[in-house]
Amino acid sequence: MGGQKKTAQLVDSNGLRVDGRRIDELRPIKLEVGVLDKADGSAYIEHGKNKILAAVYGPREAHPKHIALADRAVVRCRYHMAPFSTEERKSPAPSRREHELSKVIRESLEPSIMSEYFPRATIDIFIEVLQADAGTRCAGITSAALALADAGIPMKELVAGCAAGKIEGKVVLDLSDIEDKQGEADLPVALMARSNVVTLLQMDGSLTADEFNQAFEMATEACRKIYEMQREALKTKYHIVRDVEMKDEMVEAKA
Amino acid sequence: MNLHILRNQHLYVAVFVVQAKFELDQLTVHAEKKQLVAPGELLAEGPYFAGENTYRDGSKIYSARVGLADVIGNKLIVVPIKGAYIPRIDDIVIGRITDIGMSGWQVDICAPYPAMLPQSETPMQHGRDMGRRDLGHLFGVGDLVLAQVIAFDRTRDPLLTTKGRGLGKVTSGRVARISPAKIPRIIGKQGSMITMLKNETLTDIVPGQNGVVLAIGKNPDQERIAVEALYMIEREAHTSGLTDRVRAMILEEMKGK
Repeated sequence: MGGQKKTAQLVDSNGLRVDGRRIDELRPIKLEVGVLDKADGSAYIEHGKNKILAAVYGPREAHPKHIALADRAVVRCRYHMAPFSTEERKSPAPSRREHELSKVIRESLEPSIMSEYFPRATIDIFIEVLQADAGTRCAGITSAALALADAGIPMKELVAGCAAGKIEGKVVLDLSDIEDKQGEADLPVALMARSNVVTLLQMDGSLTADEFNQAFEMATEACRKIYEMQREALKTKYHIVRDVEMKDEMVEAKA
Repeated sequence: MNLHILRNQHLYVAVFVVQAKFELDQLTVHAEKKQLVAPGELLAEGPYFAGENTYRDGSKIYSARVGLADVIGNKLIVVPIKGAYIPRIDDIVIGRITDIGMSGWQVDICAPYPAMLPQSETPMQHGRDMGRRDLGHLFGVGDLVLAQVIAFDRTRDPLLTTKGRGLGKVTSGRVARISPAKIPRIIGKQGSMITMLKNETLTDIVPGQNGVVLAIGKNPDQERIAVEALYMIEREAHTSGLTDRVRAMILEEMKGK
């Protein structure tokens, strides 16, 4: 454990991190489904200090027509950070990073979407980061999966995302912004928990094979926990429906 | 392919007869009737059929959408809570003309695909062959039409007809656009809700399967009240005692009208 040497630049001492978390502790997560009326599906996530809105439109007509595929729907994804999401104003124009993350997030969600149900249509996913504090692509994936489910789009299962990394030689879970900036490695992971399929795996920095295995284990375990939270969020949103359906049936039975 | 499934069905019927005394639902079905399920949730294991909005992976059947699970015989289905309108053959829909072509009209039926209404599928007009200008006289851009879906598959856009009783241009009334998943609630069990709406607002209510509902009354006030009632049902579809509350709202509005 830490506690030895160093003073001002410490991100880890007595086993606790700057925000008081343990090495393997997730930041607090809040999920809400169906927050935008006009979108077909939407979700809002707070993951630590990250605040992200995801909206899904679709399936809808393909515009322009030539991008349509004959046998399934085209999935498009836009990851964007609002100018006020970071301390230094971020230019609203899509950066190279946002372009890459859009692609990478789309590829992490596509395996779960049963796009064969809607040939020649499109499914558009929008992820807007309102406040960023490292781990936005993972939180974006988590909220986008919920938004897709909320839109009623058929999916094999939900995708959840979480990152792990290395700070001061120690493998830790769920880096915050300070830890990401000063750390030695960042490993974002997205997982489909039921089928145990990894749909996003990126690494920034350097890890030994052992460290990688550790970090990967940590991240995938966290993804499973987040998947349970996603399920809870969906049930919270729609649980009343079931109660009413059951009551209607009981009334009918008496009549 | 169909024969194969039939054969299996007979097999399973025999098995179920033997096990009739057991609680079939406990055997290998994990979801209770009307249980709220999310995509990827395990519904059942074993010799069951994966019905609509479910899928099979090996010996297990999972839900593909957010909805209420149900078991019908040996088939598992999920009734979705929300979803886009996917046209089915014979559906009655209300759409808006968006374009006039050489041989027909393009119609927006609030689906992921634009629909086509060919001129050949409109009732004969004195047996004449119409040019493009005349097509515009029958239905213009922006007109609403009540039509029926006659063809739709994965390879092409839906095809409509207005040859049929009551089909054709909508000439009066007000229209409400609600989620297609809520149309069954508008109609109600055995038509209870829609009958109540018609009687209390004195309007004729024509629900399109695509979520567009037409209300035709003798005066605009009745139509407005009917439309308000429809939106109220959509908002509160998940609550109980809805029929009574909607009736109360309508009666309140109808006073003095």
